[in-house]
Amino acid sequence: MIYREAGQYKVTYEADQAIFPIAQDRFVMLALLAIAFVAVPMVATEYVYRAVLIPTVILALAAIGLNVLMGYCGQVSLGSGAFMGVGAYAAYNLSIHLPFLNPLVSILLSGFVAAGIGILFGIPSLRIKGFYLACATLAAQFFADWAFLRIKWITNYTPSGSVNAPPIQLFGLDLSSPTAIYIVTLAFTVVLGLATKNLVRGHVGRQWMAIRDMDIAAEIIGVRPMYAKLSAFAVSSFLIGVSGAMWAFLYLGSWEPAAFSIDRSFQLMFMVIIGGLGSILGSVLGAIFIVLLPIFLNQALPPLGALVGWRISTATVSHFEEMIFGALIVFFLVVEPHGLARLWAIAKEKLRLWPFPH
Amino acid sequence: MKFRRWAVLGAAALMAGMTFATTAEAQNEQFIPGLVYRTGAYAPNGIPFADGAADYINMINARDGGINGVKILFEECETGYATDRGVECYERLKGKGPTGAAYFSPLSTGITFALTEKAPGDKIPLLTMGYGRADSRDGSVFTWNFPLMGTYWTAANVAIQHIAKEWGGFDKLKGKKIALLYHDSPYGKEPIAALEIMSKKYGFEFMQIPVPAPGSEQKSQWLQIRQARPDYVLLWGWGVMNSAAVSEAGNVNYPRDKMLGVWWSGAEPDVLPAGDKAKGYKALMLQHGSGKFAVHKDVEKFVVSQGKSLAKPEEVGQVLYNRGMINSMVGIEAIRTAMAKFGNKPMTGEQVRWGFEHLDLTADRIKQLGFEGMMGPLKPSCADHEGTRLSRVHQWDGKEWKVISDYYTGDDSILLPLVKEVAGKYAAEKKITPRDCSKES
Repeated sequence: MIYREAGQYKVTYEADQAIFPIAQDRFVMLALLAIAFVAVPMVATEYVYRAVLIPTVILALAAIGLNVLMGYCGQVSLGSGAFMGVGAYAAYNLSIHLPFLNPLVSILLSGFVAAGIGILFGIPSLRIKGFYLACATLAAQFFADWAFLRIKWITNYTPSGSVNAPPIQLFGLDLSSPTAIYIVTLAFTVVLGLATKNLVRGHVGRQWMAIRDMDIAAEIIGVRPMYAKLSAFAVSSFLIGVSGAMWAFLYLGSWEPAAFSIDRSFQLMFMVIIGGLGSILGSVLGAIFIVLLPIFLNQALPPLGALVGWRISTATVSHFEEMIFGALIVFFLVVEPHGLARLWAIAKEKLRLWPFPH
Repeated sequence: MKFRRWAVLGAAALMAGMTFATTAEAQNEQFIPGLVYRTGAYAPNGIPFADGAADYINMINARDGGINGVKILFEECETGYATDRGVECYERLKGKGPTGAAYFSPLSTGITFALTEKAPGDKIPLLTMGYGRADSRDGSVFTWNFPLMGTYWTAANVAIQHIAKEWGGFDKLKGKKIALLYHDSPYGKEPIAALEIMSKKYGFEFMQIPVPAPGSEQKSQWLQIRQARPDYVLLWGWGVMNSAAVSEAGNVNYPRDKMLGVWWSGAEPDVLPAGDKAKGYKALMLQHGSGKFAVHKDVEKFVVSQGKSLAKPEEVGQVLYNRGMINSMVGIEAIRTAMAKFGNKPMTGEQVRWGFEHLDLTADRIKQLGFEGMMGPLKPSCADHEGTRLSRVHQWDGKEWKVISDYYTGDDSILLPLVKEVAGKYAAEKKITPRDCSKES
């Protein structure tokens, strides 16, 4: 009843090809954007910005990037942390060697550097698949870790190997306030996320999905595997690189290679798997789940313990946080193997029939 | 208007979830946050430090009723040594209490680097006692960083001084080979710049041997050491890496008394797991070593015996426990210094920063506080945020740490030009105009 497309006639090709063909979707999307851009800044505190919103928004973009590769093109990657790092260090070097560039421009350009490196490490995917490809992308991760630590030029010969972001400004405006950073990261994520959403609906995305579903069949019907796979690597690395540059410039401000370690790769992979493979919305939901849940558990446990008269130490809270977090991941995957995005799809089905289910 | 109301409701519910941990706050309280790691790979070293820091604060509250009558509100947040969790903890705790956090001590070089970017905006000083950026000693550039009691460059310099003394003079360093076995992170890399300069000056060969974090696997590194046969090995490790290094040295039979650790590699958790193999191993001291001093009596009377401490009985008086206590003491004394100027009320971060810069711990004051024998005088200033360059060396005899040297003083003819150069580079990169210290009061 609520979610019914009946009566919405599409009389032009434009309407038929629109990114959100159903009016309710358009409305929900606009409402979400309004909430994110207008309502949230009216109520959010600095803590919510810096500890919750900004990391979630940035990692959501990285998760979208990984989903392009894993969910849409079916190429397993354990090197996403490395590509974030490539983006971060590329943006750093661009801002050091081309100081006239605005840092936000550096962030965007760094995506192209990451895309180049992504294509390079995507070449093995033409020959190897599945677990073997996971190993090859793992090599990308370790190579990048090594390069950031050992190639002194990348870190501009700083003694400790830790580097700093330049001050973020735009047209003379200081963008260091949490609200400004949030709006900037959100703008990047929304624009690039919607662009990706469009891309996966077009011929490029269909090629990726054809390769994912059965590469030999795809090849027979005329999909070029090299073009499809490498374009997936390029788009994915671009998005991940931009998010890595944002992570470094807008979230951390100063960072070391450990910020882009293998742990980050696994974190992104969990986001994609829990959120839902092959879904842009799922990537965002996954990022929200993985970033927010540990923080929420960490803060909710002490007062919950106090309710039953149990004073929990910092260490115990941390142990419980990891246990509950792990258990919830397993639980989610057992009850809904297709991720949070599938839950949303089921909800839409129900809303379509409600209140008269068959 | 409908969805805006929903938005407000939703966001409010989210924030209620996020902040319902906050307790009611009294107005006359000074908030001190504790960024700790009681879990993870570095927990064996993180726990005693956290316990020492917490116990001293609890003791001040129980014995004196706070600082000049202002009770200390203390809350821990677990970082697990991870930078992003550390940043989250910082954001969570920085605004607590009537005046916000007095200072932060993250006990992690990575978190320190990240907070260095945030502290100036929030006007909260960072107390990084014996760690953090070595160039942050230059207070004219790093207004909010206080690497009190020693930086890694001071440590590197003192280590070379000690080796020279053992061999009978700086001229004996010529042609010798000194290896640095380091944790492959900004922490481990910090001393390299200073050691390279000294290697040129004194003519010894400097070998760098990185160990990937966390450092539990060091077979290949020690094979390299066995082949290259350096005359001395400097150890710049943390957590499990230290005990692994000492054990491996035993396995390849490298003499333990030719190993000198930094002050983060010279505590009980670093040597106890290695057992007998650790005997003879030496480490720098952040001035203090292990053992109980006058202040421990009060801590035991007011905190430990009351069951208010998380520390195990044998932990009290260990190296890192003592360091945690000194960390809290220095912070509290900075607050007290600030109160002398601004009045006996909760201090803001900005006022505490002034307090750190004008801190003056004389030998008399240190004795009064019960820390006599643990540290020398400490007097930071606008230009010198380190405050002192003293350090000693102690040696593990299989049962306890024995102090084996007198106080060394870091050589500023080597250190100061390096500090100026690297801090200047940072200022240029961040477009900071250094303060004029001659005009500061």
